[in-house]
Amino acid sequence: MGESFLGQAFVYLLAAVATVPIAKRLGLGSVLGYLLAGVAIGPFGLHLAGDAGEVMHFAEFGVVMMLFLVGLELRPARLWAMRGPVLGAGGLQVGLTALAVGAIGLAFGYDWRMALAAGLILAMSSTAIALQILAERGLLKTGGGETTFAVLLFQDVSVIPILTVLPLLAFTAATGGAAHHDDGWIATLPPWSQALAVLGAVAAVVLGGRLLTRPVFRLIAETRLREIFTASALLLVVGIALLMESVGLSPALGAFLGGVVLADSEFRHELEGDIEPFKGLLLGLFFLSVGAGIDFAQVAAAPLTVAGLVVLLVLVKAAVLAGLGLASRRPRTEVLLTALVLSQGGEFAFVLLAFATQNGVLPAAEASLLVSVVALSMTVTPLLMMAYGRLADRLADTDLAPEPDAIEPQGSVVIAGFGRFGQIVGRLLMAQGHPVTVLDHDMETIEALRRFGFRVFYGDASRLDLLQAAGAAEAALVVVATDAPETTLSIIGTVRRHFPQAQILARAADRSHAYAVIEAGAHAMVRETFSSALELGIEALRRLGLPAYEAERAGRLFRRHDLRTLHRLGALRDDDGRYRVAVREASEQLVGVLERDQARGRLATDDGWDTASVVEEVRRQAAPSGAES
Amino acid sequence: MPQRILVLLAHPVRRRSRANAALTAAARQVEGVRLHDLYEAYPDFLIDVEAEQALLLEHDVIVFQHPVYWYSSPAILKEWQDLVLEHGFAFGREGTALAGKAMLSAVTAGGAETAYGPEGMNRHSLEEFLRPFEATARLCRMRWLPPFILHGTYLLEQPALERHAAEYAALLRNLRDAVEA
Repeated sequence: MGESFLGQAFVYLLAAVATVPIAKRLGLGSVLGYLLAGVAIGPFGLHLAGDAGEVMHFAEFGVVMMLFLVGLELRPARLWAMRGPVLGAGGLQVGLTALAVGAIGLAFGYDWRMALAAGLILAMSSTAIALQILAERGLLKTGGGETTFAVLLFQDVSVIPILTVLPLLAFTAATGGAAHHDDGWIATLPPWSQALAVLGAVAAVVLGGRLLTRPVFRLIAETRLREIFTASALLLVVGIALLMESVGLSPALGAFLGGVVLADSEFRHELEGDIEPFKGLLLGLFFLSVGAGIDFAQVAAAPLTVAGLVVLLVLVKAAVLAGLGLASRRPRTEVLLTALVLSQGGEFAFVLLAFATQNGVLPAAEASLLVSVVALSMTVTPLLMMAYGRLADRLADTDLAPEPDAIEPQGSVVIAGFGRFGQIVGRLLMAQGHPVTVLDHDMETIEALRRFGFRVFYGDASRLDLLQAAGAAEAALVVVATDAPETTLSIIGTVRRHFPQAQILARAADRSHAYAVIEAGAHAMVRETFSSALELGIEALRRLGLPAYEAERAGRLFRRHDLRTLHRLGALRDDDGRYRVAVREASEQLVGVLERDQARGRLATDDGWDTASVVEEVRRQAAPSGAES
Repeated sequence: MPQRILVLLAHPVRRRSRANAALTAAARQVEGVRLHDLYEAYPDFLIDVEAEQALLLEHDVIVFQHPVYWYSSPAILKEWQDLVLEHGFAFGREGTALAGKAMLSAVTAGGAETAYGPEGMNRHSLEEFLRPFEATARLCRMRWLPPFILHGTYLLEQPALERHAAEYAALLRNLRDAVEA
């Protein structure tokens, strides 16, 4: 970045802030907003951006982070279950697209080696664009979203063999200089030790992730220094990326692997919350740099050729995916989604095209033409996705097969606070087979519970991003079981504002807190000491000689009476609509409650079991008639 | 004036209920019928006597809808009878609150009708087993209607079940529209 760093940062941030909200409002989606903003500040727009290529290189790290986050969402078992679609759909997509593009290249009269190279390169789709669009529309966990992800995963893996194969397709001697892709020291090793280094790096990520990260994160979490936790999260991702790059693997793939390894960890949600903003900004930057990097001079020189190639690329990619989907009898809306969202060229294409030019596989002119085509094809996807909604609706009418449910049922209940109170709620729910996601910030609790197989995550439950990461947006219930009354109120407020679909069940400290909790928007609440105190009261009655069932009933009736009083008083609002009465109630609470209890006198309504009146009536009937008058 | 119908539903595990669920769904379709799920209202068996009596006063036809458990109703309906049909309210010299109202038993039984024949496993017909309810109606000065009985629910196919549910709905509709004699 030639000019001052701050100046460049200002330009990029301003472009994003000015354009993206408008694009989003217009229904264009954020990706198109970023791309347009990039075009605007690029050399063919206002000429404000410096070296877009360099920025893009930096911003590609956003893709690494994105895959780390995707990995975090995908537990190893889940990934294993996806091996079918990854190898099947992914393998066929890459293979068939490469062949189809290659065939078109041959038809245009290119050498078969060049055509095949272009085919392999253009078979890649953009992970950044596809996943961002799916996430924005909440389609990641649908059937179509899953297939899309499986294909992208295969593409990421296949970059490694493609890098190996490409030099073999060279038709001229490598154009001097860097004959090889920037492999670093590893290229100097003999093949067998290269393979060993690759295996070693993967093993390091898996074993390190399993054995090392937990104790380290635990140590850091105990310091309660948020920024150090964030720093260590970033350190982890950067470290994995560097390790992978040094052995010639894709950093994105390594980060994905690291994410999968950590998907079972209690720090998953905290990591998500910390990495998410960086990922978002870097991806935005990436899209901006793609927009800024489009070579409009070249486009202007041969507009029809470029436009034709873009259309052809999108058509071929979408057709291959649609064909695969229909052949495997997937629902048609799903097929449409996958075909549209993966129809562009990918960011790997930029890397591979540069590599191919260096190795004499593609002439520079053709390669730079393809760079423009790929970049432009990326701008087409958001446009196609605008049509997707309407098309899908029309298809859905004729489609009988319903869209499968979300990937994981996880997140249907979120419990905030898993201390003495939340644990009981959680255990009951889990015993009934409901998956719960638990948030707590006490390391000792988490430690103890994880040993018993609970899914407990570390973090401050009043943070919006953490609730989001825990799945509050899809949750049917949020149980707020934190012990600090103020925290409870703030969580209720946050959930109410941001996750209106979720019912909120809250733990209230006492009577006056109960009113505050209801006013804050909880759908139901329970006073934390009420039931246990009541049970002790019932036990006391029994020991005073009341038969067990009667004591039990007396306790239950007391509860009903008390709850009714609570709700009746709660419904009395002052003129300004506040539960002012609750405050007043708090001061004269005890006296008032006691007085009402006494006024009510006899609690039980079990006259039906009382035969006294029947006996009396029977006796009166049996008595001589004279006695009655 | 249409008759006001109260259906007291007693099924402890609705998720295992097939026949009763079908009947309930049918009853829900009938306008002017109030469904009152006892297990849902009183998971703790703590029947609110005052509220239940008020509910009875507001209706003309009281339906007990439940599966047959051990030749009788599920436990909560017995608890309900014990506590709600109080002396001085439902029976006794001054207990005339329910006088003139009608009572209907709508029950589902797993066994086939033949099992309830003189040669069958149960020896007596369901009408016989429902005598305590009939007697209750009489003591409360209520009219005892011929019970609606769905036999053989274990083997009942879905179409047949739906047909019987429709019959139940028709019966409720007739009761609602019947002119009080």
